[in-house]
This record gives sequence, structure tokens and C-alpha cells, in this order.
Amino acid sequence: MSILSKGYQARQDRRRYLERTLGTLAALGILYWLGINFAKSPSQFFQASLIGLSNGVLYALIALGYTLVYGIIELINFAHGDLFMLGTVFSANFISVWFGKTHTGIAAFGIFAACLVAVMTFGASINVGIERFAYRRLRRAPKLAPLITAVGMSFILQFVGLHWNGSGQKTWNSILPSGQIKIDNVTIPYTTIISVIITVPLLILMSWIVSRTRQGKAMRATAQDQDAARLMGINVNRTISFTFALGGALAGAAGLIFQQTRGLTSYNLGYQLGLIAFTSAVMGGIGNLQGAVLGALLIGLIQGLNDGLPIGLGQQWSQTVVFSILILLMAFKPTGLLGKTVTEKV
Amino acid sequence: MSTLLEVKDLQVAYGSILAVKNVSLTVNEGEIVTLIGSNGAGKSTTLRTISGLLKPKAGTITFAGERIDGKEGHEIVAKGLCQSPEGRRIFPRMSVRENLELGAFLRNDKAAIESDMQRVLELFPRLRERIEQKGGTMSGGEQQMLAVARAMMGAPKLLLLDEPSMGLAPVLVDIIFETIVKIREQGITILLIEQNAAAALDVADRAYVLESGSIKMSGNATDLAKDEAVTKAYLGG
Repeated sequence: MSILSKGYQARQDRRRYLERTLGTLAALGILYWLGINFAKSPSQFFQASLIGLSNGVLYALIALGYTLVYGIIELINFAHGDLFMLGTVFSANFISVWFGKTHTGIAAFGIFAACLVAVMTFGASINVGIERFAYRRLRRAPKLAPLITAVGMSFILQFVGLHWNGSGQKTWNSILPSGQIKIDNVTIPYTTIISVIITVPLLILMSWIVSRTRQGKAMRATAQDQDAARLMGINVNRTISFTFALGGALAGAAGLIFQQTRGLTSYNLGYQLGLIAFTSAVMGGIGNLQGAVLGALLIGLIQGLNDGLPIGLGQQWSQTVVFSILILLMAFKPTGLLGKTVTEKV
Repeated sequence: MSTLLEVKDLQVAYGSILAVKNVSLTVNEGEIVTLIGSNGAGKSTTLRTISGLLKPKAGTITFAGERIDGKEGHEIVAKGLCQSPEGRRIFPRMSVRENLELGAFLRNDKAAIESDMQRVLELFPRLRERIEQKGGTMSGGEQQMLAVARAMMGAPKLLLLDEPSMGLAPVLVDIIFETIVKIREQGITILLIEQNAAAALDVADRAYVLESGSIKMSGNATDLAKDEAVTKAYLGG
């Protein structure tokens, strides 16, 4: 109505126009870059996308653990990446030390399946234990207390990994078949196929549990209002434990897949992959499950294309590109890609 | 008439501050009992403690012949004691239907849940119109209806209502109080907390007056409504 609000309106419009123009230009730039790369070498383009996406599903498994826990108790569980690291060390020991398997074969497949169950149980139990002993008492404490506890927990797990795995990187023989499929000039290793075959059903199962089951309903209610959930007869403590168990199991599975496809373990893996996975969760909108998967696939794809395309910045710029995109996205959409701000009337 | 809820010498503290100092009250089966008092008298604290969201410092709470003080919230709901809390506390990112379904979280009798759903939707036709709408996008009055309806979905023996008329337009206040009477007609006992003492005393059988954490008066609702001290303090007379 007034001159003031008119001026405000005009400024808003101008800003929106500017943002839209810049966004369109950026999108065109990216499309052009993808286009010339595709024209130059289609096989390399597909190869890079494939590597990117197969990394992306692995990030997704870890990212879900961050987003599940944040969604339910608004805690950034810094120890989650290190739990993944313990999963890699556990898997390596389970397969190559305790069962002495270093080569592929029918028996090795059995051990691999057994290890998947074992490492998921392992991850779930440790995560539930961490919540029970370190985080539960701090639920009503100021936000900084559980946060610093989580940082401390991250160091504790890292030192466990340091003692268990040693201070250096260890390499292991994979018991997965080492061959590959070749379509034109695109090679798809069996390990990639196997890891996708394991990961995708896990992601679907997760989304089914949260959206369709009674336990999932309890999780969603607890995430929105703990006291109200209690008044519905929901056992809030058990629901939170269950959430940590789900996240831990996924981190365990990711540990096995990483260890068997990359063939290495190191006590500081949790820091590197944890950071990427956490970034995925934030990019997708933390607390949102689909968002975490979307963010993870995007980051995997961005890394894959950046590292693998003939005309590009190359691997040494990989992290810079990822985090530049994150910062840009945050500036314009602080809630992340699928994060929503719900209007709550009082 | 048998006693359904008995609270005896209840004390509740937030840290070192005693919010409830001395509360004793009983609710008999089939009654509407109201607990009136000014802001900060300890009404909500009393209800939150009965529902197990807070732990008492001293005193006992007996529900249907069983001690429930110190039990977890979900165990108390399982015994048939449901609450529509202060400030509605509906699940904002869930639809009306999902909110109502959560009210019946502990029940397994699908057919009975469905018939209860129809029953509460009859009681609150507005909710039927909004059945697929997200709770957080509804008006305050609609959210209040949802909170009461959701508590009813637990098939309670005793329904605790914490300030169901707070912040509502006068016409909605009337609807809420009419509904409270209808709920009792369906055989549900009600313990009602209100700042709107006049309306509460109008629908209640008996009443307790809470002042700075202690019960100061109790009696028949009609008698208390005529009492000079009550009139002065709470009925604006």
C-alpha cells in the first residue's frame, strides 16, 4: 500500500529476477560443459557418471545415518563417520582374519553375506550403545552439550580404530569377483554391480520402514514432538534407540561395501567420508530421508564428472567444486534441496 | 460411583522450585471434574505429572486401583489415561487422519479404531472436512478440536483436558464446552483444567481451586460458582 512497501516489493522482484537469471546462466554453463564433454567422448562421460553414482549410493548409506538421528533428536552425530570406519575394519577382520578368506569363490560369497549381517548388527549395537550411555542423559541439556559429546565420541571411535587397524592404511584382498562387464568402451566392474545390488534394496527398505511401519510412524511422531508422542503411548526412548540402530546398521553395511570394493582400511576414513556424507545430508535438507539420498547421489555425480571428464578441473579440485556448490546452494536455499520450512500456527 | 483417579499429597519440583506443593484430588467414574486457578498456579504441572511426563517429588497417584506415579508416559496411556495437552501439541507435519491414527497408537482392534474415528469425526465435523490437511496449517480452533479428538482415539477411561478453550473465539469456546458434555455422555470421565472458570464450573460436577501450588478449596461446581471468594478471584464478580 504505502510507498515503503512498494519499494520493498520492487527490490524483492529485482532480487528474484537477478537470482533467476544467474541460476539460468549457471545451469546453461553446466549443460554446455556436459555437452562438450559428451561430444568429445561419450564412453568417458558414461564411465564418469557410473563411478560417480556408485560412490553416491555409498555416501547415501552413511548420509541417512546423519539425517535419521538429526531428524529425531536434532543432534549432529559427529561419531557417525567413525562408526562407518569401524565397520570397514570389522569387515576386513571378519572376512580375512577370522574366516581367512582372501579369494573369491562360492564359500566367499557365503562369508560375505554373513559379514553383511554381522557388520550391520555390529554398527547397530555400537550406535545404540553410544546413544544409551552418552547422548540420552543430555536430551534436555543445552544443545552444545550433546554436540561436544558427539565430537568426543568421534575421537574415541577413531582411537579404537587406530588401535585395531594401526596408524597406517591397510590393504586387503577383496573376496568379490574381480572381473568386469564391458559395454562399448564403458567398463562396469562386478564390485560396482554388487554394491548397487546391496545398497538399493537397503535404501528402499529404509524408506518403507519409516513411511509404512508402526515403528516408522512412532519415529515420525517422536521427531515432531516428543512429549506429544509420549501422550500417544509411544515409547520414546525405544523409538530413539531404534533410530540409532537403523543408522548404525546402514553405516555398517557401507563399511563392508567400501572395504570390499576399495580393498583398504584406515582409522581416519570416517573423517573423510563422514564429512562428505554429512554434506550430502545438509545439501538434501537435513532430517529429510529422500533429501539425503538425493544429496549423496548429486555429490557422487559431481565428483565423478569433475574427476573423470576429459575437459574439467580434475581430481585435485574435486572437494573445492563440491563445497563451492554446497555454499552456493546454502546461500540461496538454506534449508537444502528438499528441506521444508513448515508454517506452524500457534 | 467408584474412584477412578486419586492424587494424594502431590509435590512436583522444577529443579529447586516447588511448582506443585500440596495437591490432593479424586475423580470418580463418570464425572466431569475441573481444576481451576490462575496462570502459574500449577494446573498444567499437575496434569503433566499425572500423565507421566514429569516425575513427582512426593505423593502418590492411583489410577483404577493401581499406582501410576513414576511410571513412563506410554505405560500410563496403555492403562486408559489420555491427555489433550496445553498448547494442542498436534503433529504439524502430519495430516488430520494421521494425527488421529496416532491417538490410537497402542490399540490393535482395527474395526473399533475405525468406528471411534467416525465417532470423533461426528463430534467434530470440521475435522472431517480437513481430514487430509496437514495439522500445522489449520487454525487454532481446529487444532484444538484435533487435540481433543486425538486424545479420544486412545479410547480412554479418563480424559485429561488442559485448557481446551485457550485462545479461541467465543463461539468456538461454546462448541468445545458443548462437546465436553457430549464426550461424558459417551461414558468417558473427564478431568478438565481451565482458566475460563465460569464455563468450566458450568459443565463440571465438582471442582478444585488451585492457588500457588496448593488446593485451596473444593466442592460441588454449583456451590463453588456461588462462593464469594471464587466469584471474586475467578469469575470477575
